[in-house]
Amino acid sequence: MSPEGLPARILELGEELRREGVAVGTSELLDAFEVLREISWTSQEDFREALAATLAKSQEDRRVFELVFDRFFFRATELAAAQEGVREEDFAAFGELSEEELDALRAQIAAALRDGSEGAMRDLARMAIAAFARPQEGSGVIGVDVQRIRRALGLRTEPQPDLPPGDPRREGLPREALRRFEMLLRRELERSQIERTGNLPPARPLGDLDRALPSGPLADLAAVHRVVAQLRRRLATQGLQARGHRRHAHVDVRRTMRASLQTGGVPVVLKYRPRRPRRPEIYVLCDVSTSVTSASVFFLSVLHALHDTFRKMRSFVFIERISEVTDIFEHERNFKTVSERIGNDAGVADVSGYTDYGRVWSEFLVQVEDDLHPRATVIVLGDARTNGRDPRSDIFAQIAARAGRTFWLNPEPRLYWNYGDSVISAYEQHCIAFECWTTAQLEDFVRALARPGMAVAR
Amino acid sequence: MPESSPSEPASVEAVAAGLRSVGYLPGESTALVSFLATKLGKPVLVEGPAGVGKTELAKALARYLGRELVRLQCYEGLDEAKALYEWNYRKQLLRIQAEASDTGWDAVQEDIFGEEFLLARPLMTAIASKEPVVLLIDEIDKTDQEFEAMLLEVLSDFQISIPELGRVESRTHPLVLLTSNNSRELTEALKRRCLYLWLDYPELEHELEIVRLHAPELGETVARRLVEVIGMVRALDLKKPPSIAESIDWARTLLLLGVDDIDAETFTETMSVIVKHRTDMDVVAERVGLKLGSPADVA
Repeated sequence: MSPEGLPARILELGEELRREGVAVGTSELLDAFEVLREISWTSQEDFREALAATLAKSQEDRRVFELVFDRFFFRATELAAAQEGVREEDFAAFGELSEEELDALRAQIAAALRDGSEGAMRDLARMAIAAFARPQEGSGVIGVDVQRIRRALGLRTEPQPDLPPGDPRREGLPREALRRFEMLLRRELERSQIERTGNLPPARPLGDLDRALPSGPLADLAAVHRVVAQLRRRLATQGLQARGHRRHAHVDVRRTMRASLQTGGVPVVLKYRPRRPRRPEIYVLCDVSTSVTSASVFFLSVLHALHDTFRKMRSFVFIERISEVTDIFEHERNFKTVSERIGNDAGVADVSGYTDYGRVWSEFLVQVEDDLHPRATVIVLGDARTNGRDPRSDIFAQIAARAGRTFWLNPEPRLYWNYGDSVISAYEQHCIAFECWTTAQLEDFVRALARPGMAVAR
Repeated sequence: MPESSPSEPASVEAVAAGLRSVGYLPGESTALVSFLATKLGKPVLVEGPAGVGKTELAKALARYLGRELVRLQCYEGLDEAKALYEWNYRKQLLRIQAEASDTGWDAVQEDIFGEEFLLARPLMTAIASKEPVVLLIDEIDKTDQEFEAMLLEVLSDFQISIPELGRVESRTHPLVLLTSNNSRELTEALKRRCLYLWLDYPELEHELEIVRLHAPELGETVARRLVEVIGMVRALDLKKPPSIAESIDWARTLLLLGVDDIDAETFTETMSVIVKHRTDMDVVAERVGLKLGSPADVA
């Protein structure tokens, strides 16, 4: 590290954040410096929060920032300590502990975890290492050692009913506190490793696992929901956009004249014809056959999200024949139950397990023929693989002609389209097809929807 | 106002204390970012789930700083005429009518494009105000990107160009808060100009404090129990998790009913205060109601 002082450190931190994919521009860094002028850098919390407010501008960024910040300043101080030859006093001095003393330590740690007291946890982490991680037994891999110590302490999140009552571990420990404690263990182990070798281990980029928000699979669902909420806005405002500036010119002459009587015949108050926004009515057809198994969870979550957002909507799933599932989505909130119910008893008539698009179209047309109108939107989620059966694009054309807009979201990469039994080109003449198997692509679809003229581009 | 000169707070602690004094209990980062915003004059982008007090923060800041709050509520299709300014064309028309018919066009034009005929909308009001104000741009994620682009000029230079009148520059520096529920990703350009504040549901102790502040008559144990139950409800996957405002409403409801403990029965009866969707109610009744059932569980 060549240049000295705080500014250099901040720049390095910015550099490191960029490496982890946080968009840190020069203006952000300038802001950071400006902010640091206002607050004292001796208060760690303020310092961190102030930097976060200027450098990390979304929740995900904020999370990455926390991780990078911890790692960066930990490494910086440790390096300085190693260079200066400063050592922390060792707990190892208390040698072998008796079984009772170890039990007392276990209970103490569990209590600290339950109460979530940060300061106590750090000291206890060091004692735990001294007691349980004898260097000769250390595996040399920090992650392995951490888990070994955790097991030796008997720390678990799930309840352990065989422990005596009163033991904090009996009810299970809070997940967050346990995670914190593991992090402290990891840090202390790293620190002692640095002390031993007098050198920093190479920096490791954050894994996807560290980076992901803690909520897990629900977060994916949330992402889909977010995009679909966007979709709703686009669909809702699009009717107006297509008409563009003309919407201001719809003066209702009769009402204007009548109103002008109040002002002596001068049309002071212009009366406009009411704007009639497009009420999106959506029909979704979702393929759940085996050829799209990998994509169908994604599709179902899209459906799920659509149902959350739109009122007037009917959805169908199909394999060989179609089956309406609107009811299931309307009455069931939980995504897992929904997918189970669709899998089990949605009554998807599934004899061969192969999609029969021709049949699906004709059945769909029979079911909704009377309801389809130019303001309706039809969205098909499927791979257009007919298994060699007649695609019947003529019926599909009828559907597309009746509906205002028809979109096709295909879960296959464009490269595979029209290969094998894929007949997407037959349908593409009548609708707009998108490649869509990630939320990012779903977002692209939404963005494309917003492009003016999309509705008429056939 | 309890502070002597609150418009320029001296330290983070002063801001925290000031916000407390007007009935808003800020988290650590909230006080810090508010302090930085007043110091640097930068807009603050506040994000977080619905009902964690984003809008309330702006109101509290306005109360604390003794400034007027100008609020611009965003919605789909919000345009410049609704946000910046509009010509009061009725008045203009009447003016033209009132002029003698032989007045030249130039004279009339001079006349009708004056400030008198301008209808100031929130952004304009905030910028032209003689006293510094707090400008709250609420739910910015509901607008279109075009509007966001227009906002950039206002937020970076604090000025508005009116073709007929010239530039209106801000005489004072408004404190700007933008809130977003994250229903749409905001543009990088906008984020770049703002300080970022993520507000999340408060920690248990913090929420307890908030509930106690707004419903001080409620017993300590009931209040704690209430906050714990709220935490449980939030942990479920609901359409709309209960907000802080709803916790407070619930506390007041319990107070009115004179309840001294929350058991399964009270919970089912008053649940509608915190859960507002039919499907959510089923889920909550099933999951939380059961847990509350066993009397051994009661704290």
